[in-house]
Amino acid sequence: MVTSGKGGVGKTTTSAAIAMGLAKKGHKTAVIDFDVGLRNLDLIMGCERRVVYDFINVVNGEATLHQALIKDKNCGQLYILPASQTRDKDALSKEGVEKVLNELSKTFKYIVCDSPAGIEKGAHLAMYFADDAFVVTNPEVSSVRDSDRMLGLMSSKSRRAEKNQEPIKEYLVLSRYSPERVKLGEMLSVEDVQEILSLHLLGVVPESKSVLNASNAGIPIILDEKSDAGQAYADIVARYLGEEKPHRFIETKRGFFGKLFGGK
Amino acid sequence: MSTDNQTTAYNPPVLEFKSSSFSVPALILSGNELKAIEQQLQEKIKLAPEFFKNSPVIIDLKELTKQHLDIDIALITEITRKLGLLPIGIRGGSLQQNKNALALRIPVYSNSSNRTNPVETQKTIPATQITEDVNPSKEAASSKAMIITQPIRSGQRIYAQGDLIILAQVSAGAEILAEGNIHIYGALRGRALAGVQGNTDARIFCTHLQAELISIAGNYKISEDLTKNIYNKPVHIYLKDYTLVIKEL
Repeated sequence: MVTSGKGGVGKTTTSAAIAMGLAKKGHKTAVIDFDVGLRNLDLIMGCERRVVYDFINVVNGEATLHQALIKDKNCGQLYILPASQTRDKDALSKEGVEKVLNELSKTFKYIVCDSPAGIEKGAHLAMYFADDAFVVTNPEVSSVRDSDRMLGLMSSKSRRAEKNQEPIKEYLVLSRYSPERVKLGEMLSVEDVQEILSLHLLGVVPESKSVLNASNAGIPIILDEKSDAGQAYADIVARYLGEEKPHRFIETKRGFFGKLFGGK
Repeated sequence: MSTDNQTTAYNPPVLEFKSSSFSVPALILSGNELKAIEQQLQEKIKLAPEFFKNSPVIIDLKELTKQHLDIDIALITEITRKLGLLPIGIRGGSLQQNKNALALRIPVYSNSSNRTNPVETQKTIPATQITEDVNPSKEAASSKAMIITQPIRSGQRIYAQGDLIILAQVSAGAEILAEGNIHIYGALRGRALAGVQGNTDARIFCTHLQAELISIAGNYKISEDLTKNIYNKPVHIYLKDYTLVIKEL
């Protein structure tokens, strides 16, 4: 499950990148857009013109899962379940979501849930059944505070919490990071954010123009192997799958920005 | 004929009476000035709004009865209800007060346990005082400490009946309350309230003080009151003459 609390921090970009990254590694992966009413994931995945049925249709039994799942054009292992644009989050029910997730887990190794912003119903249902959570945070105070709130909800209002099971595994993805601005004191540093959240850092994604370009083109950023952000997400997926990778994009010197701007 | 008999014979019982004890805060009144009660109660509630929201409460009148002061049961229940409490009984009232309470369908509790064990009352008692002494097993409960190893996140609330020990951080926007002492082995960035039932001997200990609010038995300080020389330091907080004292460890 990919979440953040705050809007505009890069949840959908991260969901698309992680889902694509897992699929690229050969794992059968489904990605679900929980942002009913404000669907974006299909745009970022570049499949908006192939949406026939959506998540709500499946929850309501108006379409089968097979009918609604869209196979990704870049990777055969990846399927997308888009959100409905015409309905709102009240159309989702705990039972309905559980049914869909149970059915998906029969055929898919990983199910990535793209949570909407906020802490209301959509976000609650996206995290309720989660096993692992990617908490996307920007290096600024309000985003960090909202992520903290979301982490609190996960540890008290999720299925694992209610059934007294092992808690959801939480991973921090720090996005839109700019080492230059940290140096100038305009942004919180990785250390600051980690001190406030005390969370396992999965990776830092640098602020990058390529993310916007990729979103507009409908290609998950992770496929842009030349871009710093794409590489950062590839590292994140690798670390999630248990590979050891040194953290990049945190320092100005020797980092990608240093090279780009001639070691300024 | 047999079917009727059988259904009665095999009907499993759908109800049963059992005696169980609950811990309910008692609102001990020591003055009958309704305005003052309302104001002071409101202040108490402000310290822990979530804790008092819809909390059951028993209105204890024995101090008033001792001082031969009368109070209108209907009005005092109305005030507590207005402030979000749910009065579920009175005790220690006069015969007339008991009668009035029953007329309002509010149960009357006997005061036997307290008569044998008169509470030492201070001379300078505030008009209201909230204690948790209805449950006789309170002593045992409060001696137990609650231990938490996970970080307390923004928006979370923890209430401990005894001591509270936290082996992680308390985030900004989180609230921890304890009837006893609070120990935090980590950064305290949220609100910490010790001795919430009026225990003035309660203390707060933490290794990094960055709190939004600290309170002991209703006496509080907000983050603006924290001076630079103790900020983010390991400290120990206690109450002396109704003033919070923050000492570096």
